[in-house]
Amino acid sequence: MSLDDSYLRYAKRQYGMDHDLYDWSMLTDRSPVVWPDQRPLALWINVSLQYFPLDQRAQPFAPPGGMVTAYPDLRHYTLRDYGNRVGIYRVFKALDRYNVSASVALNTRLAERVPYLLERVVERGHEVLCHGWDMDTLHYGGLDPKRERDIVAKSLETLRAASDQAVVGWISPAKSQSPITPQLLVEHGVEFMCDWVNDDLPYEFRTPAGSITALPQSIELEDRFVIADNGHSESEWAQQIVDACDFLIDEAQTTGGGRLLALNLHPWMIGQPHRIGALERVLEHVMGTGKAWSAGPQEIIKVWRSCQTDPDA
Amino acid sequence: MRSDPDLYDYWPYENRPKISWPGGARVAFWVAPNIEFYELDPAVNPHRQPWPKPTPDVLGYSTRDYGNRVGHIRLMNLLDKYGVRGSVSLSTALCVHHPEIIKMCRERDWEFFSHGIYNTRYTYGMSEQQEREVIEDAMATILEHTGQRCAGYLAPALTHSEQTMDLFAEAGGVYTCDLFHDDQPTPVRVRGGTKFISIPYSLEMNDTIAYVVNKIEPRRYGQMIKANFDRLYAEGADNPVVMCLPLHAYQVSHPHRLKAFEEALEYITGHSDVWITTGREIAEHWIEHHYDAAVEDIATRGKGVKA
Repeated sequence: MSLDDSYLRYAKRQYGMDHDLYDWSMLTDRSPVVWPDQRPLALWINVSLQYFPLDQRAQPFAPPGGMVTAYPDLRHYTLRDYGNRVGIYRVFKALDRYNVSASVALNTRLAERVPYLLERVVERGHEVLCHGWDMDTLHYGGLDPKRERDIVAKSLETLRAASDQAVVGWISPAKSQSPITPQLLVEHGVEFMCDWVNDDLPYEFRTPAGSITALPQSIELEDRFVIADNGHSESEWAQQIVDACDFLIDEAQTTGGGRLLALNLHPWMIGQPHRIGALERVLEHVMGTGKAWSAGPQEIIKVWRSCQTDPDA
Repeated sequence: MRSDPDLYDYWPYENRPKISWPGGARVAFWVAPNIEFYELDPAVNPHRQPWPKPTPDVLGYSTRDYGNRVGHIRLMNLLDKYGVRGSVSLSTALCVHHPEIIKMCRERDWEFFSHGIYNTRYTYGMSEQQEREVIEDAMATILEHTGQRCAGYLAPALTHSEQTMDLFAEAGGVYTCDLFHDDQPTPVRVRGGTKFISIPYSLEMNDTIAYVVNKIEPRRYGQMIKANFDRLYAEGADNPVVMCLPLHAYQVSHPHRLKAFEEALEYITGHSDVWITTGREIAEHWIEHHYDAAVEDIATRGKGVKA
């Protein structure tokens, strides 16, 4: 039996994208971004602090880094917990040593479970981002909209109250969204989200409730993706970040448009004793160029917006 | 179903009639940037899911979109620097979605060949007439938007039927990139008996296969390309060959990858006796000068040395 002829019809074969979520544009056609002090590179480090429940439901899929074995998977539960107990404090030291600022994205359930950790994050002056409820509470096509609204509200309200910060940035667990996630985020006061990886600079994303800034955060450079998914060594990971840094600086200097190196770290991965040195080498190189502006996501978006020809666009 | 694709006969690599590329080159080198459009929410083919995650598959879709927003221009600048004209494996719907990219390719006198309409529409399950319609639509779109008569085909998402080569040849196609059985062009059997060939497109050198399937580190990919070239260049002194680099800007153009790739490209193009060319030029040259001798040699030796 052949396919229905509707398979040969293409309703969205039109100029631009095949959806209304954002406008089509090439990086090189946009107004150049100029970072403070004319630095060619903005460095945005984000540390993701995650809670992986032992009774993982994996609905509709197991989150990256989630439980693997039959219940109870003590091996992976405790390896992830290691990041929140031990790894994060090594990461803090490394950031301080190279005078690098960073945002911290927390699963709200983790902030609720371990108030000490959130207090330390806030006390140290990190910008707090919401990383959803926990790693096993995914946003996805097919999730009941009412339930998703509750998850978004609870995640943001609890984290705002506990951190005493506005919390206007969002990273979905596993960067997975439902069709209405961006709209729900706007309705709950979120100003930027970091799930879409289709660009090297921010852009405006449309929802029925108003626009939200998409701040792309490459998964290709993540410690977890490179080391766990690709099986590359920690020194190879460091090499890739160094190469990316040098490439982006070169491109910024050639084109006159500032570039962004967005690095997402997982203390349960990079905070291991044999890996933390790779992070230190990366920070030493990037800051050693003298060409990087280390900043949080809100500052980066503010500068980016000020450089757009139509700042309200 | 068949146990053999029934597209070509056995042809031993040793003792073949010698190829002569223009300028006496040992290697015909071509680069095939895939310029693709993936749909966020495509019609569903019962034989293959377009995305592993429920719609919207944010990571899957936006990973590909990176190539169009950021990647192509980086790769174009690089190929310009080393005097390489791309042979574009094109999702032809992109002519309408992103004509700016097509314009940049045309300005560089690049070749366009068909990679289907969208890379999220699969050949599986199509009737012969449906597949013919898709093939002709894509070729007509290339002609309309680029003025080029499409010569080559890489089936969308590498999805085929038993008739794919027949239908593409009947529509006026000259070469296929879908077969990975050789380092030289080879005849491909199509009904009607027109001169239709395969030219090497190398799955092993394909950036997506290297980075994503085989998890190759960026610098090691550069080393693999050089090693592949070194051996082909040496063998090409006796009997010239083809080397292809199939690329995807959503992979190779990432900031952590492009420099290592550039070093390999610089290395290859720094050699004399390399014919830097396109898919169509290789196909046309080989058909004109070598097709008949190849068919004769295959017929003779395909029967075994004792026949």
